[in-house]
Amino acid sequence: MAKVKARVKVPKKVAKGEIFEVKSLISHKMESGQRKHKKTGEKIPRQIINKFVCTYNGKAVFSSDWHGAVSANPYLSFHVKAVDSGSLDLAWTDDSGAVYKKTTKITVT
Amino acid sequence: MRNLYIAALGVAAMTVTSIGTVFAAEDYGKYQVEDRRSGYTYAAKETQAIQDDNFENPAMLWVDDGSVLWEQAEGEVGKACASCHEDAADSMKMTGAEYPKHNPKLGKMQNLEQRINQCRTENMKAKPFKYESAEMLGMTTFVRHQSNGQAMSVKVDGEVAPFFKKGEAFYNQRRGQLDMSCKNCHGDNSGNMARANMLSEGQSNGFPTYRLKWQKPGSIHRRFRGCNKNIRAKPFGYGSEEYVNLELYVAWRGRGLPVETPAVRN
Amino acid sequence: MQSQKNKIQVSRRDILNYTSAGILAAAGISLFGSIVKADKKMTVHAVSKLAGGKEIMSGKITLELPQIAENGNTVPLSVEVDSPMTDADYVKSVHIFAEGNPEPSVASFHFTPASGVAKASVRMRLAKTQNVVAVAEMSNGSIFQATTEVKVTIGGCGG
Ligand code: HEC
Ligand code: HEC
Repeated sequence: MAKVKARVKVPKKVAKGEIFEVKSLISHKMESGQRKHKKTGEKIPRQIINKFVCTYNGKAVFSSDWHGAVSANPYLSFHVKAVDSGSLDLAWTDDSGAVYKKTTKITVT
Repeated sequence: MRNLYIAALGVAAMTVTSIGTVFAAEDYGKYQVEDRRSGYTYAAKETQAIQDDNFENPAMLWVDDGSVLWEQAEGEVGKACASCHEDAADSMKMTGAEYPKHNPKLGKMQNLEQRINQCRTENMKAKPFKYESAEMLGMTTFVRHQSNGQAMSVKVDGEVAPFFKKGEAFYNQRRGQLDMSCKNCHGDNSGNMARANMLSEGQSNGFPTYRLKWQKPGSIHRRFRGCNKNIRAKPFGYGSEEYVNLELYVAWRGRGLPVETPAVRN
Repeated sequence: MQSQKNKIQVSRRDILNYTSAGILAAAGISLFGSIVKADKKMTVHAVSKLAGGKEIMSGKITLELPQIAENGNTVPLSVEVDSPMTDADYVKSVHIFAEGNPEPSVASFHFTPASGVAKASVRMRLAKTQNVVAVAEMSNGSIFQATTEVKVTIGGCGG
């Protein structure tokens, strides 16, 4: 894909104390570093997202380290406990150092 | 070799009928119309689950991409698709179910990719999208997604009839070193295994489809090319008349099946 | 019934013969084109390093994977560890290893009490039929492990 895009799903409203699921997708080839070029036989350099962090109102609540075995266009789901209304910030970092961010608002009732 | 193959098919046909009765009670819901079943019903349940949820289906990233392109003015005219077609959910609601369509000006069939490029070159004075480019896959996935749930309903009579006949002939024509037709695999052997793969009816209602093997979405012509190469036949070009007519015939085979773009398949 | 089964196999093999020859080879490299040889010892070593001499216990971990993966490119994995997830007692991390992959490390999940539950899902690549291992590190330092086998049918046919 031309540009890296992400999709995030969280419930719009949750009750305080409730545990909700966060589902996320990001477009990325996740070149594993284990493949060889079909014609030249040369190893294709690794180019993957290696780090994911979820921050909830400024506090890191969940993170994940990834290796070459995570599938292309990575899917990740995890859970967060609702405390206050605010923002959920997701950030993916790849081998080139690029950081892809996506913010979603959440209303806690 | 060929006789051996035909003999094998005979056996397959026999056993399939008897197995068919065992599974007759299976309910495929909206994924089946009369005796026609979407490729969804042949997929593993984990693969189905990826398609079922828009937030698990990675091809939805391409649909998002298409929705952005839809609003983006491009070319000398300075217009976007949305300038003329407004809300795609309304204007493209039936489109995905009805293509390929006959274009009287061209005097031949046109598939969705070609219709989109006609709008780009004529109505926008913009460059056409390349087949299988991120832009084309984004746009076709987005447009066809608007038709989700609509019954596949290509027109095949009248001025379309000669093209339909050509598509049908292509489908039944044995070709390649393995001397096999589309029908040999998808007509006579659906439900049987070809190596590690369960053969489906080769329906097109889910295209562009995200293939786990491709790790991205691909057009129906990419699939045709793959199926041709597998029997060591020369693949035809993307957007070739042969494949557009074939696409028409394949769409007709799946008449009544709901559009389910973007589908997820092995 | 027995004879029917045989017949299916005959027909299957014949379709196979017609479609597999060169495709098989192609399929082999399409997934990983494995440069490094997979070695179970690499996972065992990584796990014992994590444990740092502590006992590796079983239990607490639910590892959800398909028994048979249609395609090794995209194998869904879900893991959940039983824990109250309080400040005093929670799951710090879960590490996933694929023993038969050229690089066994797949992913690590780092939880906090604010996670509510220690549960996560991803999709991963498996080069071949193999064991997938999950190792959980608890806040009190204890270590748990669970292993599940996944059979991988590499889809090389159908374009
Ligand atoms: C200047 C106006 C204009 C622009 C801009 C334009 N189109 Fe069109 N489009 C048309 C017209 C006119 C038709 C023919 C309508 C008809 O046949 O009823 C058409 C037809 C179509 C159709 C066929 C619909 C059907 O159901 O048969 C598709 C698909 C389509 N356009 C897609 C696009 C896309 C995608 C873009 C942007 C890349 C775009 N168009 C930009 C004017 C435009
Ligand atoms: C040697 C057997 C074989 C032949 C011949 C063959 N295919 Fe296929 N085709 C497959 C396999 C295997 C798949 C993947 C599993 C499935 O859906 O059947 C596939 C998949 C497809 C799909 C995707 C179905 C979906 O649900 O996404 C389409 C469409 C298709 N084939 C069309 C064709 C056409 C058209 C031809 C003739 C040009 C053809 N095939 C010839 C084996 C074959």
